[in-house]
Amino acid sequence: MITRHLNRTIRALALCSMVVLAASPGSGVAQDIAVDRARNEISIVMTEEPQWLNTVRATDAVSFIVLDHITEGLMSYDQQNRLTGGVAERWELTDTRATFWLRRDARWSDGKPVTAHDFVFAWQQVADPRNAAEYSFFMRAFTNGEQITQGKLDPTLLGVRALDDYTLEADLTQPTAYFLELVTFISFRPVREDFYRAQGQAYAADVQNMISNGPFTLTKWVHGAELRMEKNPHYWNRDAIHLSAINVPYITSDANARMNLYMDNKIVMATGLDSSATKTAMYNRQKMLSFSDGTVFFIEFNHRPDRLTRNLNLRRAMQAVFDAAELTYKVIGLPGNIPGVSLFPVWLDGTEKKLSEEFPPPVVEIDADKAREYLELARQELGIDEFPPLSLLLSDTPSSIKQAEYFQNVMARELGLQVILDRQIFKQRLAKMTAGDFDMVAAGWGPDYNDPMTFADLFASWNLNNRGRYVSEVYDNHVKRAQSTTNTRIRNRAFGDLAQVIHDDVVILPQYERGYIYVQDARVDGVRRRRFGGDPNYNYAFIKPES
Amino acid sequence: MISYIAKRLLSGLVTVWFIATATFLGMHAVPGDPLLNDKAVTPEVRASLEAAYGLDKPLPQQYVIYLSNMLQGDFGISFTQKNRRVNDIIRDHFPVSAMLGLLALTIAALGGITWGAITALYRDRLPDVLIMLLVVFAVSVPSFVFAALGQLVVLKFNQLIGHSVIPVAGWGTFKHMLMPSLVLGLGTMAYLTRLMRSSMLEVADTDYIRTARAKGLSAPRIFFKHQLRNAILPVITVLGPAIAAITTGGFVVELVFAIPGLGRYFVQAVQQLDYTVIMGTTVFYGAFLVFMVIAVDIIYGFVDPRIRVDKVGA
Repeated sequence: MITRHLNRTIRALALCSMVVLAASPGSGVAQDIAVDRARNEISIVMTEEPQWLNTVRATDAVSFIVLDHITEGLMSYDQQNRLTGGVAERWELTDTRATFWLRRDARWSDGKPVTAHDFVFAWQQVADPRNAAEYSFFMRAFTNGEQITQGKLDPTLLGVRALDDYTLEADLTQPTAYFLELVTFISFRPVREDFYRAQGQAYAADVQNMISNGPFTLTKWVHGAELRMEKNPHYWNRDAIHLSAINVPYITSDANARMNLYMDNKIVMATGLDSSATKTAMYNRQKMLSFSDGTVFFIEFNHRPDRLTRNLNLRRAMQAVFDAAELTYKVIGLPGNIPGVSLFPVWLDGTEKKLSEEFPPPVVEIDADKAREYLELARQELGIDEFPPLSLLLSDTPSSIKQAEYFQNVMARELGLQVILDRQIFKQRLAKMTAGDFDMVAAGWGPDYNDPMTFADLFASWNLNNRGRYVSEVYDNHVKRAQSTTNTRIRNRAFGDLAQVIHDDVVILPQYERGYIYVQDARVDGVRRRRFGGDPNYNYAFIKPES
Repeated sequence: MISYIAKRLLSGLVTVWFIATATFLGMHAVPGDPLLNDKAVTPEVRASLEAAYGLDKPLPQQYVIYLSNMLQGDFGISFTQKNRRVNDIIRDHFPVSAMLGLLALTIAALGGITWGAITALYRDRLPDVLIMLLVVFAVSVPSFVFAALGQLVVLKFNQLIGHSVIPVAGWGTFKHMLMPSLVLGLGTMAYLTRLMRSSMLEVADTDYIRTARAKGLSAPRIFFKHQLRNAILPVITVLGPAIAAITTGGFVVELVFAIPGLGRYFVQAVQQLDYTVIMGTTVFYGAFLVFMVIAVDIIYGFVDPRIRVDKVGA
């Protein structure tokens, strides 16, 4: 009796497990090894699913990584991250016009040539407000761009023309020294009209709905699970591309899981390591590399007239007690970060040397006595007996809370100022930032393109990202001065002046420049870390010969 | 029986409608703006996005549009993956979560019943104390600790062997599913063990067990035929909600083991205020839970002839 029961149970269970196994979704088997010498392939991990691999609309970092492998713009970056021709073979830039001569051998992955029309069409799409491209403001660089993005003119009137299939001409509204850097940006990649229109809403939603002109093509995309990029046989510079394929068998935002995958020889790089994953790497004696991703973090003041923080002496008082080095080394305490001294990060190029060497940022002197004098002045100017609590808006991640608590502590200890932490989820923090509902906000800014201007115009009165509404004619004029010429000396002088204004006016309190610790497989070389566009990039990566 | 099932299904539908409405209202009451991103957009782009998602219309109208779309089985387009339909997200990722959940539940149910029966059998003796100690441990330790620990164990095991035997993460083969489903099922297994133990002890004191013993039945026969079969009923009752809980509660496990399940989308949607995905997944999971409970109630009648539901009303 018992055995019959058991038999039945076992049979039922066996059947169940067979059904379960048969119902296993077709995500396929994940690639098993980090470096596959025989097939000349590597495997990597991504933190999230790419949101949309449409160059017109893409905004997220992961889409940028993929798109930087499968598409190429007019200009590109070489193995050493130096600006070089991409689809463009030759170019000419004047104060009012940019001309590009395209390579005859640049091809789409279906073998058809990449033409000037593909760029004209793409840029019109980005400018067209009906497409709701979040980077549409870049198209204001062209004549009529502003009116088109506002829906006042037809997108076909954008100041960009194909003189013939291989010559592209663009009219610029103002001298744009960084224009060649700008066109490396994802929004400036070509889009082929016939293919784009044929796909409609499904464009770039799946592998069969996309076409590429980059070193690689996307050949597999299992949503949320797996991607595979294979070398594009039609790519014009295919001889410089070494890998046959790049596999992305894992997608996880968990840094420890990425570290474990790396140690299990499943992926060639684990980056974006948090403190716990960094410790794991140290305990396991992994070779640690560091990379500064280009983003600057700062505390931004609200300069609106109804806020106490509009008072310069109050801001000066806070500046004189806030020690970015202590925050970076003692509070954050993760290797890779460097203390913030300016809105302009140290890696930006100047005329001959780095911008920060040619125009050293003003030094903040930590002086608590001086700070209390400023505070007293502020109190008198504002006509108040005592300072009410000030709010500091921040996101609800553990690291930003830690930094904010440090700030709160310093202000209470040195100045007797009460700071209230306003912790909000990502979207609500943005909503409050946009509405101006804060006294101070923990903010950051990452570069879009390789020029100090990507930081410089942040606090211009017309910039929508100037969420503290800092308005200064002096500041605006310096920005305009840098925008009026392509002369790097004049422009860099203007950036130097801007750094001085930001310091003197205490527009922000720089906190730190973000850096990461990462580990990389020693068998792979040629991986590029990038501060703008997609990072990391494996276009020129190769597997080292066995020694 | 049929009228009973029909009644239950109807009340299930009302429940699902209530879930949909409550989620809709709650979601719009939560502060934050789903269309905002790190970098500010021009007013024109914003207007275009609002129109695309129907956010430019008044809330009651949005609700009506949303409900009528839902009745046609269309949950709309995701806010984060701007050209992916929520239906596709559910279709692609629910099977993965369901698979993981089913496996976890199998482990949990088999384990829970076995351990529960053993503890009852060895009441207050060493195996009972030991197992119950582990149960307390498994109930109180959160799943992200077990997930990280489980992954580390797999990694160390692979390093010991010298090559990768069990995958550290990923999805695709049965080997990939072992550790995550074990981790996911652990909490439920502990819960079921406790439930099974108390239920077994309760049954052990009943008259019919004493009668069976008096009849001179063999101990194994009493155990399997009388005690276990009667004690298992409460366990089946909680299996329905447990299936739903396990297939939805896999977020952490899915994240750590890089599994493309729906749980990840569910939680990320809330963090990102992705309205359509929040609505789609909540209503889907809500309906799933409601109908699992109904299904279990119906199955219940078959397992236990004493409580055939149609006779209760008669």
